[in-house]
Amino acid sequence: MTAVPLPYRVVSNRPETTDTRTLTLRPVGEALPAFAPGQFAMLYAFGVGEIPVSVAGLQDGTLTHTIRGVGAVSRALCAVRPGTQVGVRGPLGTGWDLPAATGRDLLVVAGGIGLAPLRPLVQAALSTPRDHGRLNILIGARTPEDLLYRSEPDGWGRPYCEVTVDRAGPEWTGRVGVVTTLLDQAAFTPHETTAFVCGPEVMIRATGRELLHRGVPAQHIRVSLERNMHCATGHCGHCQLGPLLLCRDGPVVGYDRAEPLLAVREL
Amino acid sequence: MELGREVSFPAGARIFEEGGRADHFWVIRDGGVNLDVHVPGRRSAVVETLGAGRLLGWSWLCPPHQWHLGAEATSPVHAWEFDAGEVLALCERDPELDHALLTYVVEVIGRRLRAARTRLLDLYGPYGSGSPG
Repeated sequence: MTAVPLPYRVVSNRPETTDTRTLTLRPVGEALPAFAPGQFAMLYAFGVGEIPVSVAGLQDGTLTHTIRGVGAVSRALCAVRPGTQVGVRGPLGTGWDLPAATGRDLLVVAGGIGLAPLRPLVQAALSTPRDHGRLNILIGARTPEDLLYRSEPDGWGRPYCEVTVDRAGPEWTGRVGVVTTLLDQAAFTPHETTAFVCGPEVMIRATGRELLHRGVPAQHIRVSLERNMHCATGHCGHCQLGPLLLCRDGPVVGYDRAEPLLAVREL
Repeated sequence: MELGREVSFPAGARIFEEGGRADHFWVIRDGGVNLDVHVPGRRSAVVETLGAGRLLGWSWLCPPHQWHLGAEATSPVHAWEFDAGEVLALCERDPELDHALLTYVVEVIGRRLRAARTRLLDLYGPYGSGSPG
């Protein structure tokens, strides 16, 4: 991990939804150490500022990040043109740790933009089918228009991949309902399953509750939490959640640690 | 289960309509069913999809015994169909069955209420997560 941002060139900037874009970055000179799925980078839009963004793809020496434009820095990053440069610090934080789930069924549950940090995990799992049991990918989104990587889940196909939306127009022929309803159709042995969950915290809690109810052990439910990170080195305290500094101890933590913290009001 | 009979619906079949008399219910064996709400002047809005193992229909249990939603098969559906009158008559004679069935249906209604409330929070909306960085 470098303390100073390294320059990366924007190879492509492709739209995902009306407010979300996927950037592919390649190092201009020195490359950062290899990222693991689930880890994040601090992306620096020169002259504007720096934000944490989970890695959404790790292929051929490039870094892929999917960014929703909700503030000054994220909007600036969404607007970068191919050929321009951004600064990148990383790899930062904890990863999904797929090797720790060797031999177990895998259950990937994504809500909205939470699919982005899970994408490299899915790609890694698909490339090593013999290392784990059944792979289930459950994706929830607000509307069909908010779905990320729309062409990809078709390619993921079997193993079981199912998508549901909260609100659908007449053109949508898929499922409607909360992402947790997809658990009924997924084939997994609860006590032999590792779940990977990412999305808004309300969705993480709802999914965690359902998984515990079905018998997935809390320590085998891995969740990616989000707080306003600033230094990304565990010093400034911006991202503190109880005893955790999420830039250092997270963003990926076990639900056995996350559940009590998410239940505390105003933490 | 002796009261149930196997039925099937082709994709696109309307299983029941909003406001219709709720005198049957189904347990889906396979296939998918969309629950929808009539929107005047527009196409019905789908509010939930039910799949294998799910209960289809609970409006038969309490007055006014009318369907609150419509239901349409999204794919070929196989299901166990039950006559609500027969089941309610059996429940009158068998309090244990009555309690078990009521507990099951209330659990289903509760789960759907929780899901509806969760969706009210607009889970995946632009400001459902993320700091405005």
